[in-house]
Amino acid sequence: MKYIDEYRDAPLAGKLLDEIHRITTKPWALMEVCGGQTHTLVKQGIDEALPSGVRMIHGPGCPVCVTPLEQIDKALAIAARPDVIFTSYGDMLRVPGSTTDLLSLKARGADVRIVYSPLDAVRIAAANPDRQVVFFAIGFETTAPANAMAVRQAARLGLANFTVLVSHVLVPPAMCAILESPTCQVQAFLAAGHVCAVMGWTEYEPIAERYHVPIVVTGFEPLDLLEGILMAIRQLESGRAVVENQYARAVKREGNLEAQETVFRVFDVGDRKWRGIGMIPASGYHLRPEFERFDAEARFDVGTIHTSEHPACIAGQILQGTKTPLDCTAYGVLCSPQKPLGAPMVSSEGVCSAYHAAGRGLAIPGAVPLYELTRRES
Amino acid sequence: MSTERRPSADPFGAPAAAATTPGGEIGAGAPDPANLVCPAPIPERARVLLGHGSGGQLSAALMRDVIGPALAEAAPGGPLNDAAVVEVAGQRLAFTTDSFVVSPIEFPGGDIGELAVNGTVNDLAMMGAQPLALSLAYVIEEGLPIEDLRRVTESVARAAGRAGVRVVTGDTKVVGRGAADGLFVNTAGIGLVAPGVSVGAERAAVGDAVILSGPIGLHGIAIMSVREGLDFEVEVVSDTQPLNGLVAAIVAACPGVHVLRDPTRGGLASALNEIAAASARGIELREETLPIPGPVRAACEMLGLDPLHVANEGKLVAIVPAADAAAVLAAMRAVPEGADAVEIGRVVADHPSMVTMRTIVGSQRIVDMMVGEQLPRIC
Amino acid sequence: MCLGIPGKVVEIRDEGPLRMALVDYGGARKEACLAYLPDVVLGDYVIVHVGFAISQLDEEEATKTLEILRMLDPEGMELELGSTDGEAAAPSSSAAPPVAGASA
Repeated sequence: MKYIDEYRDAPLAGKLLDEIHRITTKPWALMEVCGGQTHTLVKQGIDEALPSGVRMIHGPGCPVCVTPLEQIDKALAIAARPDVIFTSYGDMLRVPGSTTDLLSLKARGADVRIVYSPLDAVRIAAANPDRQVVFFAIGFETTAPANAMAVRQAARLGLANFTVLVSHVLVPPAMCAILESPTCQVQAFLAAGHVCAVMGWTEYEPIAERYHVPIVVTGFEPLDLLEGILMAIRQLESGRAVVENQYARAVKREGNLEAQETVFRVFDVGDRKWRGIGMIPASGYHLRPEFERFDAEARFDVGTIHTSEHPACIAGQILQGTKTPLDCTAYGVLCSPQKPLGAPMVSSEGVCSAYHAAGRGLAIPGAVPLYELTRRES
Repeated sequence: MSTERRPSADPFGAPAAAATTPGGEIGAGAPDPANLVCPAPIPERARVLLGHGSGGQLSAALMRDVIGPALAEAAPGGPLNDAAVVEVAGQRLAFTTDSFVVSPIEFPGGDIGELAVNGTVNDLAMMGAQPLALSLAYVIEEGLPIEDLRRVTESVARAAGRAGVRVVTGDTKVVGRGAADGLFVNTAGIGLVAPGVSVGAERAAVGDAVILSGPIGLHGIAIMSVREGLDFEVEVVSDTQPLNGLVAAIVAACPGVHVLRDPTRGGLASALNEIAAASARGIELREETLPIPGPVRAACEMLGLDPLHVANEGKLVAIVPAADAAAVLAAMRAVPEGADAVEIGRVVADHPSMVTMRTIVGSQRIVDMMVGEQLPRIC
Repeated sequence: MCLGIPGKVVEIRDEGPLRMALVDYGGARKEACLAYLPDVVLGDYVIVHVGFAISQLDEEEATKTLEILRMLDPEGMELELGSTDGEAAAPSSSAAPPVAGASA
């Protein structure tokens, strides 16, 4: 596949790793804030092939994982209603709420449907005027333009039966929250390539300057990640701290202005609770008042939601990067992809599921170390 | 009508009030976590999920934890495999059954009738048996167009003819609208296992070559491309075909073939994981050898699917002693169904019961079994 | 939400006010909305996320990235990596991050 295969080239990956090893003279801690990047790093064993002093801390980059429990419980309450067709991206179906999940509700007869694009949800609403159609609008900034367009399209079509349950989260405030934390060990960031394709990287420049952290906008293929890590380490080794763009083929500094305009026409920035982390001010999108008629939270009275997380689930610390799944007593024992206790295990991009799928920390008799790239560290 | 809710005595029975209260306001029916006996947010345990039928980990768990134990008295041989071999008058008779519930019933490259014949023929073939006869049972949803039924049945006849097998008995039932997805088909089949042939997943031995008969991912992607809500265009058709001819060629070249398995639901990954677990051996693959057609790769990238988890219908994996690998490959390639046969890996002593793959980038990763239903990702 | 893959625009059509495209990902084709890339024409490559094209792939930059990587040589000059997009290296303190409420 064009523009994908070239960035999976093994010899070039080896060269990049060689270069990273050559220039690294001190220990460094880097954080990526994107589930897709976490997935590639773990699945390809890239993080384990870096120089031993270089640590990749996996940030809260999985929007499925950080969707607040309250929103999930609200989604479940709404989806359970017989008059509702509840539409969602596939990733959300297995995420556990306080008591159940969407897939289980589906098994009990709720009309829960996966959609590929939010426009599909609008089409379902147009085709089913006698049912209420609700779309679970989650995601980072990457997904906001699509979700916003769905609302605008519904408005254009004059649909009275379409609402969205919004749970958007924003990356820069999360980065700042992490940097402000007294236990923060992160010295450089890989910024999420597609978030920046939409928003550009101007928001990251003040962060790089204020906290003196290099930030490299990075893509998702193995070569992208390796090059992004190399660029970050070069900055760290030379004491620089600026925003750089590795993902040059897809990202421009100003981002996609048309997309931003629609996002800001439909959404407003507001406070948002992040599952496992807590409230981060001005870290989410909410529907603007003029679009209230499309707000599922306004249309449906979901009663009082009492949330409860499993006591053994340390998703919060994992999402903040202060612990890894290997530090979790439930990991692999009580908690696995088949019976997840928390979101990072159930989401295909969550850290815990990535670790589990790669077999890390799971006791396997007779196993030999598997994470050997063609380039070993000397 | 308010619903009286009592704390559930069954820790796995989450209150159903929220879903089934007729006309009730959601506020009254919303589950109160404080009333649950078990504080853990355990996902659905009391009901069967779609994922239990997908051929991945959930399916295995259902067999291991529910069906196997319940059948124990009647199935002394242990968990039920795809096919069984029974001794009858000095001959080894292979016996298998399979139900087909694919929707839509007609799809690019085939239909449910063809699938039903080939699926059962292939289950027999994977036991090293030549198919003799099939039964054919229909459960038809009221309202199915008669022309559809005629077309599917003609398809059954053609497929049986191609496989060299006869349909000798059958049954037809009709159920009310909504009780079956158009048409459900069950086929059962018997065949004779050739003398000297003894295949079984547990026979995989360290050093064996793992051979795949051709490109993977075709059937699953063909079905997905016409599934409502996902539709996309792809020049991919189902690879459904009978494999008994191919198996005969393999057995002729290597009567001591260790394992034959057709990777259907759950994909190549699930089939290899089952073999690794049954034999307590490791399997190592090389990603660059895997025959994944361009359109299948593209569709998988687009939907966020792993091609190793996508269903196949006309492919098999043969595990043979290394010394026989070249002869087996030649024999397979001489037959149309095996024209693209390729060696994709080896059975190893390392990491028993696990399947790993050396990736194109040069790292080694674990190839795990699919968990539940294959849900397209966007994340 | 990161899954965005590059594909080639092979057809363009309007669905009411929305400009839609048929995008080819190397053998599989699916429609995507072009509302956010009004200048894209047939043959262009775009990155698509949840059915929306969010960025046009800069083929020159793509080639440049690979060329530079191929030239990476431990004994050679340290090559400049990443894009040379104008102000990339200089954070301008006067540019406050765009606030959603302010750009109504």
